[in-house]
Amino acid sequence: MTTYEPVIGLEIHTELLTKSKMFCGCSAAYSEAPAPNTLICPVCTALPGAMPVVNQKAVEQAILVGLALNCTINPMNQFARKNYFYPDLPKGYQISQYDLPVASDGWLEIPDDSGEGTQRVRVRRAHLEEDTAKLAHQGNSALVDFNRAGVPLLEIVSEPDMRTVEAALAYATKIRAILRYLGVNSGDMEKGVLRFEANVSVRPVGSQELRTRTEIKNLNSFRALTRASAYEIQRQTKIYETGGEVVQETLGWDDVRGVTVSQRSKEEAHDYRYFPEPDLPPLEISRLWVEEIKAQLPELPEAKSQRFVSVFGLTVKEAKLLTSEKALADYFEKAVSLSKSPAKIINNWITGEFLRYVNELGLDLDHLPVPAEHLAGLVDLVTGKIINDNSAKVVLKEMFETGQAPQAIVEAKNLAQISDEGYLEQVVAQILNDNPGAVASFLAGKETVLQFLMGQVARLTKGKADPQVARQLLMQALTKLKEN
Amino acid sequence: MSRTGMAIMSRCRWFLGKSSQMELHSLSIREAHELLSKKQVSSLELTTAALEHIRKTDLHIRAFVTVSDELALEQARLADERLRTGEGVTPLTGIPFAVKDCISTKNVRTTCSSKILENYVPQYNATVIDRLAEAGAVLVGKHNMDEFGMGSSCENSAFFNTHNPWDLERVPGGSSGGSAAAVAASMGVFALGEDTGGSVRMPAGFCNVTGLKPTYGRVPRYGLIALVSSFDCIGPMARDAWDCAAVLQAIAGQDRRDTTSLPAPVPDYVKGLEKPVKGLRLGVPKEYFQSGMEPGVESSIREAIHKFEELGMEVREVSLPHTKYGLPVYYLILFAEASANLARFDGARFGLSVTEGAENVIDMYLQTRREGFGPEVKRRIMLGAYVLSAGYYDAYYLKAQRVRTLLRRDFEAAFEQCDALVAPTCPTTAFKLGEKTDDPLTMYLSDIYVVSTNPAGVPALSVPCGFSNGMPVGMQLIGKHLSEDVLLQIGHAYQSVTDWHLKRPTVAK
Amino acid sequence: MAKDHAPKETFSIDADMVKHVAFLVRLGIREEEARAFSHQFTAIIDYFHLLNEVDTANVPPASETSSTHSVMRADEVQPSIPRQDFLKNVPHRDGDYVQVPLVFGEE
Repeated sequence: MTTYEPVIGLEIHTELLTKSKMFCGCSAAYSEAPAPNTLICPVCTALPGAMPVVNQKAVEQAILVGLALNCTINPMNQFARKNYFYPDLPKGYQISQYDLPVASDGWLEIPDDSGEGTQRVRVRRAHLEEDTAKLAHQGNSALVDFNRAGVPLLEIVSEPDMRTVEAALAYATKIRAILRYLGVNSGDMEKGVLRFEANVSVRPVGSQELRTRTEIKNLNSFRALTRASAYEIQRQTKIYETGGEVVQETLGWDDVRGVTVSQRSKEEAHDYRYFPEPDLPPLEISRLWVEEIKAQLPELPEAKSQRFVSVFGLTVKEAKLLTSEKALADYFEKAVSLSKSPAKIINNWITGEFLRYVNELGLDLDHLPVPAEHLAGLVDLVTGKIINDNSAKVVLKEMFETGQAPQAIVEAKNLAQISDEGYLEQVVAQILNDNPGAVASFLAGKETVLQFLMGQVARLTKGKADPQVARQLLMQALTKLKEN
Repeated sequence: MSRTGMAIMSRCRWFLGKSSQMELHSLSIREAHELLSKKQVSSLELTTAALEHIRKTDLHIRAFVTVSDELALEQARLADERLRTGEGVTPLTGIPFAVKDCISTKNVRTTCSSKILENYVPQYNATVIDRLAEAGAVLVGKHNMDEFGMGSSCENSAFFNTHNPWDLERVPGGSSGGSAAAVAASMGVFALGEDTGGSVRMPAGFCNVTGLKPTYGRVPRYGLIALVSSFDCIGPMARDAWDCAAVLQAIAGQDRRDTTSLPAPVPDYVKGLEKPVKGLRLGVPKEYFQSGMEPGVESSIREAIHKFEELGMEVREVSLPHTKYGLPVYYLILFAEASANLARFDGARFGLSVTEGAENVIDMYLQTRREGFGPEVKRRIMLGAYVLSAGYYDAYYLKAQRVRTLLRRDFEAAFEQCDALVAPTCPTTAFKLGEKTDDPLTMYLSDIYVVSTNPAGVPALSVPCGFSNGMPVGMQLIGKHLSEDVLLQIGHAYQSVTDWHLKRPTVAK
Repeated sequence: MAKDHAPKETFSIDADMVKHVAFLVRLGIREEEARAFSHQFTAIIDYFHLLNEVDTANVPPASETSSTHSVMRADEVQPSIPRQDFLKNVPHRDGDYVQVPLVFGEE
């Protein structure tokens, strides 16, 4: 019985974060538009006589992405008309790129199947185009809002190098992280600013052939991407196993029913009749400009992660978590630079309690009420034994709620830890006195009672006892009793 | 003083005597500007005279789709204000003009002579319209044309035929037929036409008008309803080279909204007219003089060449070996680009929209375009889809683009040996209405002399040079990239020693 | 896919091809129109096969060798047109939206 392996390629459509649209000066911030059809002009509504003009920032951002993906930036770009009819495409063609895209022949490293090493996914090309208008179905008609029409779009096309759904997910995740790092896309898939299309086929393991593939369009979440790909792989495998043929078609993903559905009418794929856009002469991209842009490239997740491992002594897993979001990595580094505590401990606090609050409260990492200085201060208070872990958690909660500095909160709430041995000895003595039954259990060999006694110390000191000191004194006292 | 200058002075003296409204409409820009500057006539008088003349004469010619009376009178008053203070006065201030109906004019209906835009009123001006308004010119209306510029006779207008003022049973040429006829019949002092493959030059030749196709990119296209984005050029049509130079001066120059517009500085075209032409080299492309020309056309051109020799120009024969391929190159690229440019006319955002019985949006597209486009438009956009189709792209579109390079090279090589070329505009004079409408291919073939220039992007000026069987003959002067100043200079020199361009038709009542 | 020279056999564009390209440009045509157009198209394109006489090996397409290069624009927001001006010309509207008949999920 033949085993089949998946062959997956991904096309990722990413809206670019420019102020204005790709070919006209209308604002590109359509999600903040006051009303439908307010961010429009003759160009993006395709009125007769209108003409496109290229947005330099969009090209710059496209080049940034191309460089981050190790692509060759083509010195000569050409825009092309992709011709088809649809109400969200006012010109009856989309200005895109065909023969001469912005970037080509790049690659991205993702974890391999074992998880220990990496594998390379080749990036075929990245090209610029414009987004379509928004279409809303309403009964027997459709309503069109052109606010989004013309927003810059970068399409990143991979080679069909992925062999598992996990690899596809890893690739997509990494691309998204890079785009956020570069500041060219918010990564907010719920808003539709990042969309995936999966090209899926299967073939017998070991063969090099490329069989007929299907295109699954409009996958707007990682969940949809993985579920749809998995389903399609299974569907195609079954077809081959029962001696059938896979038909080339475009599919949509029905998340409710969990199936892919054919979208194309019986006619063959669109004949887009591409030809070079005559309103836009070839676009020259100078070496000098590319070098200037290259200098603006921030440290990318991969490099930052490796640096965190070597400089801060974090594990690969820890580093990857911190660098999954640039804002988080920056926060961590800032906190480390402002703190006297070891980076490891700062990492623990950030990825533990700190992130827990962030997620619970649904906060945006770019707009936190707790600045890095405050977190650094909190960790220092703990490592300096001014407060204990429990108190620190209380302080952290307060920090999120009030935005106050940790020192101020500790003072106000009088949470400073008690480490004074003299005082704690008295406390210990009192506890032992008040709990003869527990003492007896301990002396009889039941060592777990220690926890209970520790709890009593905490209660009596309102949680402020330095646990290490308290434990030490408690053990000393108990041991003495044992010896007697 | 030049002969033209003296002619103007004598006409002005005539006017000092009688301010007859009868003749106000037949002043040239130069003459009108003279009188306006001297405050001997007002823009309001000129404009009123123009509108009155249009009202009476256009019944026979049918050059206008829309006459914009109210706007014109308003602009005339503003122009008079400028003339009064003397501030911001240009040669075009106060001068009535009209434009081919493919140029967007804010709040004035713009139809491309098509049913699909029959009631379309743009909410913005084309750049050239803004520039002419800045110069103070007065817009009196929009001219009939072949629908979407597709045609060589104006018979493809969806509304009505325009008649050649020299013989009402004949065509004015196309596709800027309305513009040529209007200027010839003195309905408006000048016009803006548009030339994609001879559409300014051919009707200029048929109607005895001077018309310029500038270098591609010299005049911005923003607001021009596109036919062939790679070839379309807006150009002036007027009584003579001087007038054309004055108009070009106002409209030429880079526009940030049109990426194909050229950044090259704009010279002083009017000043440049007086430069001597002695010693300039004129090429006669032998391929343009092979069989097929009406004898009267050929003899007029040859006489004109003789005149150029008299003016001291050197005449020599040159070759443009790929001339006969101009037609397929032009049409194949036209089909492709037009089919994409006309895709936006779909009934959704403007224009005709046919939704009765439409079950879905595709029905709306099919019905709207079926009813809205005329047969020639339909032919061309279908052929456009054909030549761009997967499997045919290389054989047709790409092949045409390669041969286009060879056409360009032909011109470049020729211009190494000469400063301008002279050639006929059309093998015949104006043909009769209905004569060529049966077979599209026959109509295409009449463009043979004018279709190579647009693919090469070079400028060309059509200048009246005689008559054949009572109908005007036009010759074209073709120049290299950005040499419209030289062409106007040569045209002006020719018009200083001939008077073909001064002849006016008497429009039968 | 690429064919550099059109076929040498009797060339024709038949009515089915006409209907195909008519749909590509969303033009509703009838059967008899398709037949009439097919004759015209055949004559026109056949005439243009004239181009096959020309040797274009090593000749670049003019569309790729423009003397001008694209000038780009700075990323600045320019005022949009007033919504009312746009909606004025819209044949069918629903409030501030452009309304079109039923759309299938085609693209």
